[in-house]
This record gives sequence, structure tokens and C-alpha cells, in this order.
Amino acid sequence: MSDRRYMRVGTHMPPGHVRTPAYLRGKVGWVERTLGPFPNPEELAYGVTAAKLRLMRVRFTMAEVWGPDAEHPEDTIDAEIYAHWLEPTDAPHAT
Amino acid sequence: MPHDHHDHLSPSGHPFRPDDDHPLTYWQQMEIAIREILIEKGVTTAAEINAQIDAMDARSPANGAAVVARAWTDPTFRDDLMRDAGAASASMGFDIGPMKLIAVKNTADVHNVIVCTLCSCYPRNLLGLPPDWYKSRAYRSRTVKEPRKVLAEFGVDLPDHVTVRVHDSTADMRYIVVPVRPGGTDGWSADQLAALVTRDSMIGTGLPKAPEAIAQTPR
Repeated sequence: MSDRRYMRVGTHMPPGHVRTPAYLRGKVGWVERTLGPFPNPEELAYGVTAAKLRLMRVRFTMAEVWGPDAEHPEDTIDAEIYAHWLEPTDAPHAT
Repeated sequence: MPHDHHDHLSPSGHPFRPDDDHPLTYWQQMEIAIREILIEKGVTTAAEINAQIDAMDARSPANGAAVVARAWTDPTFRDDLMRDAGAASASMGFDIGPMKLIAVKNTADVHNVIVCTLCSCYPRNLLGLPPDWYKSRAYRSRTVKEPRKVLAEFGVDLPDHVTVRVHDSTADMRYIVVPVRPGGTDGWSADQLAALVTRDSMIGTGLPKAPEAIAQTPR
């Protein structure tokens, strides 16, 4: 599992048409696959010229997302997150 | 008539329901205004809009079921589907439009379920319109938090050794679950198998029907 590329989701809360769910902000997951580049929906929604960005499918464990409240820690949530929301990080230690 | 003494009931014995007349909402007014101006300016016609509504209504889970059944019977197609589900579906003649599709495959150890927490993204081109519950806050918020409880309420009880993978369609992709082919279907044709593939089994909130559930015509 050492070849996993771990990413942390940004924690900022900007206004507007944002496709990064709040419940995943600040969480660490690994890249399941890379898609795109697709036009950034945050710009597309306002009719401005949208930069094309990589879209990552990031896989999070329930333990990472919900902590001790996780229903089943090893179950996972995959979500599509645009590259500008992600920064590379080390594997989480807690799980 | 059991309800004769109640004057708030209709002659057929059912309670009167108030008409659902209410003023148009802001967005309903916007939709009508934009539609009318597009027609007035000759950008589109009322007939084209009706034809598009008909095309949307004609899409049904039968399209997705045909894709799943083909994947169960044709390993080359299954591999194509897992690589690029949109292209593979289009190769069967389905109108995918701009939809970008990912197929996720259930196995003995993995159960996939689809949700869109941010709105109600759904693979309409393959499955038709989403069920109302798919758009409800309860389904959208609970499926990422307690998917096993949600699945149990749909009648899908998963043992601990099965990993649940929730897929939140947050951005550009749409998803279809390829369920596990039911046992006892050896030698069935794709058409026969498609009758076992339910809408919910392609969302992940259900399983395909058991072969006993449908009467098989002799082959």
C-alpha cells in the first residue's frame, strides 16, 4: 500500500458553486484514479472562461471521515475532487 | 358506503383534497420566461422542447439493465465497460449525450452504492429519472455516514467481511453499479438476465432478482 498517493482536502469554505463536499474538507484520502482535465465548475457556473483542471477520485476510509463515530471503519467513500483542492500529504497515522 | 355520514368526503368516499394552486415560484417564472424568449427568438421551438421531454421520459432502467446483462455475458464488453463505461454503453447504441460514466463492480467482497450528497447527480441517460428518495436529504446525508443502516432499510443486509464502497458523485462523473450475477443463471441469454437487473441494483441499494423470481421461457 506504500505506493498510494495520499492527499489532504483543503479546509477553506469559499462561497459559490463548489463541488467539494464540506464533510470531506481537511480529510486525507488516496487517489483512486485521475480524470479529466475538465473545466473548473467553480468558474463554469458563472459563465467565465474555466481553466481545465485534473479531477481526482479520492478514496477515504470511514474511520478518517467520521472518526470514532464510523459505522464500519474500513468501509470507504470515494469522491471526485478538483486538483486545486488537494495537497499531497503523508498517510494518516490514526487508522 | 361506509363513509356516508361524513360530509367532508366525496361521494366516492374519499376525503376531498385541496387543489394545489399556488403562485409560481421564482425559478418556475424564470424557466417559463427563458423558454418563451428562446422560442420567440427562434433559438428553439415548442415542438423541440416537447421532443426532448419525451426523450427523457423514454429512458428507463431497462437501458442500464441491458448494459449490465451484456457485461455478465461478454467478458470483453465487461472489460471495456470497466475501462470507459460511457464509451461501452454508447457502443450498444445508447444515447449517452455528454454524460461521463464510471461502472463500479460488486464482488463477493465489495458492495458499491451511489449517492450525490451535493445535489442529485444520476446516470439519467442509462437509468431514466431518479427515484424521489434518491434526491431526499435523508438518503443523501445518511448514505455517506451510515450506509449499512441505509442498505438494511432497503433490505440489503451485508456481512462484516464485505467492504462497502460509497461513491459520492460530487463533480463530473456519473456511476452505475454492476451487481453480482445471480447464481443459478448458467446458460441464460443477456436478454433473460436483463430481466433480473433492477434499478436499485444499479444504484447499489438493491440486489438483482433471484432467478426463481421470474418465469423463464424455454430456450
